[in-house]
Amino acid sequence: MTAYLITSVSVVGAAPTDLLIRDGVVAAVGPGLTAPDATVVDGTGLVALPGLVDLHTHLREPGREDAETVESGSRAAALGGYTAVCAMANTSPVADTAGVVEQVWRLGREAGLVDVQPIGAVTVGLAGERLAELGAMADSAARVRIFSDDGHCVADPKLMRRALEYVKAFDGIIAQHAEEPRLTEGAQMHEGEVSTRLGLIGWPAVAEEAIIARDVLLAEHVGGRLHVCHVSTAGSVEVLRQAKARGVRVTAEVTPHHLLLTDVKAETYDPVFKVNPPLRTAADITALRAALADGVIDVIATDHAPHAVEDKECEWAYARPGMLGLETALSIALDVLGPEWDLIAERMSRTPARIAGLTGHGVDPAPGVPANLTLIDPAARRTIEPAELASRSRNTPYARMTLPGRIVATFLRGEPTVLDGKAVK
Amino acid sequence: MIKHLLSGGDLDADTATEILDTAAEMATVAGREIKKLPALRGRTVVNLFYEDSTRTRISFEAAAKRLSADVINFSAKGSSVTKGESLKDTALTLQAMGADAVVVRHPASGAPHRLANWVDGSVVNAGDGTHEHPTQALLDAYTMRARLGRLAGLSVAVVGDVLHSRVARSNVLLLSTLGAKVTLVGPPTLIPVDIAGALAPGTDVSYDLDSVLPNVDVVMMLRVQRERMNDSYFPSAREYARRYGLDGPRMRRLPEHAIVMHPGPMNRGMEITAEVADSPRSTIVEQVTNGVSVRMAVLYLLLGGNNR
Repeated sequence: MTAYLITSVSVVGAAPTDLLIRDGVVAAVGPGLTAPDATVVDGTGLVALPGLVDLHTHLREPGREDAETVESGSRAAALGGYTAVCAMANTSPVADTAGVVEQVWRLGREAGLVDVQPIGAVTVGLAGERLAELGAMADSAARVRIFSDDGHCVADPKLMRRALEYVKAFDGIIAQHAEEPRLTEGAQMHEGEVSTRLGLIGWPAVAEEAIIARDVLLAEHVGGRLHVCHVSTAGSVEVLRQAKARGVRVTAEVTPHHLLLTDVKAETYDPVFKVNPPLRTAADITALRAALADGVIDVIATDHAPHAVEDKECEWAYARPGMLGLETALSIALDVLGPEWDLIAERMSRTPARIAGLTGHGVDPAPGVPANLTLIDPAARRTIEPAELASRSRNTPYARMTLPGRIVATFLRGEPTVLDGKAVK
Repeated sequence: MIKHLLSGGDLDADTATEILDTAAEMATVAGREIKKLPALRGRTVVNLFYEDSTRTRISFEAAAKRLSADVINFSAKGSSVTKGESLKDTALTLQAMGADAVVVRHPASGAPHRLANWVDGSVVNAGDGTHEHPTQALLDAYTMRARLGRLAGLSVAVVGDVLHSRVARSNVLLLSTLGAKVTLVGPPTLIPVDIAGALAPGTDVSYDLDSVLPNVDVVMMLRVQRERMNDSYFPSAREYARRYGLDGPRMRRLPEHAIVMHPGPMNRGMEITAEVADSPRSTIVEQVTNGVSVRMAVLYLLLGGNNR
């Protein structure tokens, strides 16, 4: 195994120092390190963070390998500074059995670019009718701990209660896509002024808030662990704030796009801006950013959702919802939060690793810890060109936007997956 | 002149007035023995209809033919999610055929906006989903002006299922631009959120038809589908008709000069009774006639007929 000596790098924003990586771990941290056998990486001007961890990634394999594969999505993740991603269960077949989650887990190992941690479905076929074999997935080689029907809400309150209760046996967590389905039938975008003008059926904020309010009460009642996916409204933030104050075991994520883009983007009718939950208003963005800073929202998760060209180059109503996120998330965080490196590390690495139970990840570089880390050039600015992304899909909402920050290198257990801003394999 | 007509909001007051004035000239052609002008000879107009709408299609077809354009009717059922050709591929086909204008009716809001990205010719929105129907608003404005002599200062009530109405959206935008005051009337479930902010700041909303009627110059009744009651927008067709339908006694609450409009097709007995629809106040048949003149004006001006 090659050793790497990263010189004059700022670890999570601290004064520059040297990092020596050897045998998969951080061997030494301190100024003036020497290691004649090591490959030197000049870290001048760069910031080292623990490798980013995404709680919410759609890798599309098995089933939609034309849109993304475990390998292409892993490469996109590594280029985005990630060392671990949690792969959502809405594949085809659905990841609702030990067999499918083990397949995804194995494909991740074979790609070897990030740790791919499968998420299991809560219900069989995401149909919301009966529990999938959650214990079998937990006991499988994939060691599933997060369960989610993401894309669909576990709308039946009894089923949700049972799920929250049942996974306590193996310290599992239910990640809810909070969307009351009866309130969003046919919905195309945020319900408000813009949906009225555009004549598109509205997705009201209350459809998200009502489910979160119910679920935090259920989690409180049974003592289970709830995670709320892609929180998008100011009202949801208030529900979460109150629940956390009462001590409910709930965590929440927000996506980069919900921190930056508003429903006004729909005015072009370009479905690259169609996503579920939908882009909301400037007031929601303000509330989400504040919640991210004060900890009511624990995590930035990408909801990376690749789609084939034909699923986006069509009428708005017929397009699939979702947008790419892995290769731009850090830049959006930097744009939205500024160079608050400790906060970024907390929201994009340490906390998501803790929620997912990924023990080797989310740990700041220190002697003896697994060398999962990423190097960022905060001074760089780059213009997003969809054709240059590593994802198989092109549905980024940031096309031709200029964003701060560039991932220079990413290390997974001491091996570079990205060097000089390029994927190693 | 603008290139496409996608929304009532695309028109400023001068452009809208130019279209209405041109339509008045076109109307004189209809009175002639030979109802035809050579203005668009050699130009190709495609009617691309993804929804059945015989009345709108034949209105556009008559308009284009009276201007001597070549008309191609392209009836495309289905959508990109069902089987069939995608809108983009259809657009490229029309482009390859050299369409100078594409008149598009589509069940998805915004489809004409997408189409405009993919063809070089002019796109005319002939109704998209629950979004807009700008030529309907133009023919409505034309009808009001013809009957009442002006648009500025008129008070117009638009009554019914505003939420799902492309006619209402286009009318609010165009009438506001032309200085009329619009009041939207219907049950709260059928009035979309933030309508004034979304479309035009001066727009009023009322849930009480009877209180609005004595103060309006125009009452425009929108088609209301009975099936909406199955989605709890209102309890029953009977209750809807009782609260928001226009019948004889209600019509007599209108000022003497006020007119009654309806974009058609009507649900007689639901939003309007036969007595009202067939009364002298009703402009429903004139609206159809005026539709052809207005669409002639739109095609003529969009295709640069006035520059030749």
